[in-house]
Formats: sequence, structure tokens, C-alpha cells
Amino acid sequence: MIKKALTGNEVIAEAMRQIEPDVIAAYPITPATEIVQIFSQFVADGKVKTEFIPAESEHSAISCCVGSSAAGARTMTATSSQGLALMHEILHIAPGLRLPIIMPVVNRALSSPINIHCDHSDTMNARDTGWIQIYSENVQEAYDNLIQIVRISENKNILIPSMVMTDGFVISHGMENVEIAEDRKVKDFVGEYKPVQTILDTDNPFTLGSLALFDSYFEIKRAQEKAIINSKKIILEIAEEFKRKFGREYGYFEKYKLDDAKIALVAIGSISGTIKDAVDSLRGKGKKVGLLKLRVFRPFPAEEIKEALKNTKAIGILDRSLSFSGQGGPIFSEIRSAVFDLKEKLFVLDYIYGLGGRDTTQKEIEEIFNNIELETREDRTIDLIKYVGLKN
Amino acid sequence: MSSLKELSQRKGGITSGHRLCSGCGAGIMARQVMLAAGNYKVVVACATGCLEVATTIYPYSAWKVPWIHNAFENAAATISGVETAYKSLKKQGKIKKDLKFLAFGGDGGTYDIGLQSLSGALERGHDFLYICYDNEAYMNTGIQRSSATPKYAATTTSPYGEVISGKREFRKNITEIVAAHNIPYVAQTAVGYWNDLVTKVEKALEVKGPKFINIFTPCQLGWKYGPEKTLEIGKLAVETGFWPLYEVENGKYKINYKPQEKKPVEEFLKIQKRFNHLFKPERKEKLIQEIQDNIEKGWTELEKKEKCLN
Repeated sequence: MIKKALTGNEVIAEAMRQIEPDVIAAYPITPATEIVQIFSQFVADGKVKTEFIPAESEHSAISCCVGSSAAGARTMTATSSQGLALMHEILHIAPGLRLPIIMPVVNRALSSPINIHCDHSDTMNARDTGWIQIYSENVQEAYDNLIQIVRISENKNILIPSMVMTDGFVISHGMENVEIAEDRKVKDFVGEYKPVQTILDTDNPFTLGSLALFDSYFEIKRAQEKAIINSKKIILEIAEEFKRKFGREYGYFEKYKLDDAKIALVAIGSISGTIKDAVDSLRGKGKKVGLLKLRVFRPFPAEEIKEALKNTKAIGILDRSLSFSGQGGPIFSEIRSAVFDLKEKLFVLDYIYGLGGRDTTQKEIEEIFNNIELETREDRTIDLIKYVGLKN
Repeated sequence: MSSLKELSQRKGGITSGHRLCSGCGAGIMARQVMLAAGNYKVVVACATGCLEVATTIYPYSAWKVPWIHNAFENAAATISGVETAYKSLKKQGKIKKDLKFLAFGGDGGTYDIGLQSLSGALERGHDFLYICYDNEAYMNTGIQRSSATPKYAATTTSPYGEVISGKREFRKNITEIVAAHNIPYVAQTAVGYWNDLVTKVEKALEVKGPKFINIFTPCQLGWKYGPEKTLEIGKLAVETGFWPLYEVENGKYKINYKPQEKKPVEEFLKIQKRFNHLFKPERKEKLIQEIQDNIEKGWTELEKKEKCLN
């Protein structure tokens, strides 16, 4: 094990070097560009066996990935924001064809207006494409998540592509001290990819990507849904093995001072660090507050979240994207639905924050906790959706 | 080149039982391409389109080779990925055999929505053969104009009416656009010339790097003629100079067939109802002449290229 100061992008490129996929196809986009850039250098220096396809767009990059993965190669790409949006059509096709492509995504706001900074509009927009989505709080988690995800996606009972998220600039360009495992250890953990079937097998030809009509489409899509639901079990198994070998623990989510909390926030990504500081500060003042930091958003661990939140009185959801005119942001809709049938009514409020990279401070988080307390203490009509730090 | 006898004995590729229309040019095209490729182990990628939907209705498939369909606009990118995976696995010793890679796209998937994907794959130099089966419109969605639709042809999105006589623009010359990528082999051939088609596919597959063949593929439904006339129309397109058979090999142009005397384009136009409005209710001489002049212009330019670039 080596301790290194690395940025999120550097750590992802490093994990990719260690995983050493057979093929990478990618197109540069801020703030994910460095991942591809660093990896291209590994290829240029002969440090990896990977064949690199510098595609002419993200749409082609992911299309190349579909071809490559169908041909039985361990395949990766990386993107962000507009790039992910341009891929959108093929995002649905990759899991439909059951291809375990791995894609780090650096979260960035979507146009318009154009903005290069962090929010989660890009990957939330892709939440129903059928990919596994795992979010990282910091650089270490980004590294750990990417190593684990290979085994999850490639499990022969799953075969579903995965995205591993990092917050644009906050994580992608923020430097942290991280533990990097020896190459051998990572290679042993991820193992060699053994595809179930490949279109390079000319002795056993098959047709991939058929036209399936009303007599079969439904069953095929339901089978695909079962596969991503079944990945829940595998995610925990892999996390357990990862803990044994790498010493760090992961689950669907992290409970931070949650067990006895009366008021809790639910968040994903880098804001969780700020929330933990706010929780510590408020706990110092005697407030029973906590955090549920969601790591796995797809498959959505509804039952486990419900169980984890059942003793709270009120929760605030931090959504870093909008679902224009919907019932709150995407995380809010999911969580509120998950806790709906709890015996004790749970107040669930949505706090939209940080769009286009706007900073959210510890003070603002503390105000959110106070606001939840205030809103739910009195018997009054609650404004479900609030906007943190929005100027008048 | 393989003889007709040899071709007739080859198995594999694409079989009968698919659901293409009677007299469909695409079926003939695919059959001849796959026969020509029959001596190799091939992997096929196919763009969304008639050929794809009519040959792979789940759980059936007319394909006897590994085959992948991804989306409409990305057959070239998809085959890039397949070919790169092969390269990577071969380099690592995980695969031993030699494979060839083929992509099929219609004119919609090639000239229009897939042009970027094709250009990218050509520029990156992947080792594959791209077959464009050009039936001059979006036939799978019900005969909408594409940039391959010839001037004055009526389609459902370029209909003729009181003030407009079908498509208002000349077609895009994709073969020349592809040739401008300076790839080793580019060719045009047509359904109706099986020997030319098979020769070109065989020739292309011997070359390393990106190859492109544009195949004139009559569509009885969209061009509105009887299904028995597919080959005749393919031949008329060539005999009139509307669709020259030529190839560009390492930048050198060669016209493979020069009619002693080109037939007037009218012969090609008048047996297709998509050009009906040029002849009925009254003959539109000016428009027919405009098409004829454009053929002459194109032919002269091609001859110049053949003369200068060989």
C-alpha cells in the first residue's frame, strides 16, 4: 500500500491503469478530460495492454464500448455532463444488451446556461437508463468504488454496466491523501474478465440486438430489471471482500451518527463531508442530528433506507439537481416514497442546493437542520421544496 | 474473383426466411456481400434499418455469423469497438483466429445520421469494410427523403405537389466524401452487377484498414416499381450513368464500366413511379434535362479524376 496525494481524476486514471481494461474508448470533456489524458499517456508509454480508441464524440465512444464489450473485452470509458447526455441513447442500449461496461462520470451541470461546475443533473438524468450508479464522497471512495464495481458489473448473473460518480472539481480536481494498493492486489481482486458469450466466437454465432416486439420485449426488459435488482446482493458481497482485503468498509449507504438521530439529512457525493462537520457541531450543542450518505443510488436500496430512517422524526433530502416541476428532486422522490409506509409519519423535506457548482457551506447545512426542526415542530403547512442559497 | 459456381456452393452468411419485401434490393445485396465474404470468418455490425429489422425479429435470425445491432447512427463506431477488442485480445493471445469485420448501413445510417460515426471510424483507421446499401431514402420508416434521395424523386417528406416537384436538391456524393478520407479502398457498385459487387467485396476484404463500398440498392416499395424489376433498375442506373461503377484504390480512380453509349436517364426514371410527376400529367422536359445534365457533369468529373488520379 502506498499513500499518495492525488486528485479525483488522477486516482480514477490510476485505478484504470491497475484494472487495465482491454479497451478504453473515450472523448474529452471538462472536468473529466484528465482521466482520458492521463490514461492516454499510460498507453503511449506502454504501461498498459489496453487499446485506446480516441472516439470523435461521446456518442461514438459509448457505441465503441458496446461493440468492444460485446466482443468480450473488458471495456471502459469516462465522461461528464453534455458528454453523458450525448451518450443517452446508447446508455439504454448497453444494459439492454447486458454489457458490463464501466464508466467513471465526473458530475457537472447540464446546459443551458453552459456551466462546467458540479451538480448532479447529468447522472440523475441517466438514472433510469438501467446502469448501476455509485456515488463517491471523496477521492479515496472514488478509487475504492471503481475497483469494486468491475466485479459487480461483470458478475455473470448481473452483466449490467456501471457508473462511478465523482463531483466535478470538488473531487475531480481536489487533492487528497489516499491509499493506493499495489497493482498486483488490485489485479487479483478484479480478476480476469471471462465473458459468457462473445461476438468474436465465430464457431458459435449469435445475433445480438434483435428487434423484439410486443411478444418478447416486456419479458426481456423485466429480466434486465431483475439483474440490476439482484446486483444489490453482489454489491454487499463485493464490499465485504473488499473490506477483508483493503480494510475499508462500504455498504449501500453510510450512517453517520444516524442511529439515535431525530433529524437527519440524506445526501450523495462530496457535500457529505460538510454535513458531517455540521452534524458534529450541532451534536456539540446537544442536537440529535445525523446523516445518511447514499452511495448506491441504482439499484435503489429502498428497504434498507426505510429501516435506517425509521427512528427519525424528520429528514431533509439534499438534491443537487432539479426535476423541473416534479415532486422535488430525484433523491427526494425516491426517499419519500421509500419511507411512505412507515408506521410513524416521517416529515420529508427537499433542499435543492449547489446547482452549477454553487458552494454550500457548513453554516447553510446547520440552517437546514434548524429549518427542518422549525418546520416540523409547528402544525403548519410545510413548503416541501426549498432552495439553499438561492439569491432573490 | 470467385466464380458463380463457387459462390453457389458457399454456405453461411445470411439465409432465406427473413422478412424483407419481395424483390428487395437489400436482400440481394446482403446475400451477395456475405457470399463474397464467405471464405473468411466475419463479424457483422448492422445499423437500424430495413436489413436489420427484417432479418432479426426475435427469437429468429437470418444471420449465420456473429451479428450485432446497436443503434441507427453508430454501426461504424460499433464495429470500431468490435475490431479494437479483437486487436486487444489478439495482442494478448486470448484469441488466435483471423477475423474480418463488416458493417452494413442504409443511406440514412450512412449519408445522414451516421456520417460522423463513419468519418471517425475511417479516420481512426480501423480494419473493417463498411457497406452502404443505398436505397435513396429512409425506407424502414416509410420512404422519407435522405440526402441520398435524387433530385425530383417523390418521397413522403419530399412529395410533389402543386408548387414543388419532389425533392428539391441533388443528392450528396458520399462516395467522394469517403474517398476524401484517403482510405485504401472505396468503391461504388450496384445490385444487378453481381460480378462487380462480389469482386469489389473480395478485393476490399484483402486490404488492411478501412474500406467502403456504396451499393446502389433498388427498393420496389419506395421507388414504386414491380418487384421483378429490381435488377433491371439497378442496370439502368448504371447504363444511364446515373450510378457509375467505379473504385478508388489508394487514391487511384478507375471507372469499372463505361457504357458504349449511355442510355438517356429518362429510361431509368420513367419506370419508377417516384418520378411519375416528371412525365404526367404533362412531361416536364426542363426538369428531366436538368437531371440529364447533372449526370453528364458528374460523369465528366469522374473521367477527369480517372485520367488525373491513376
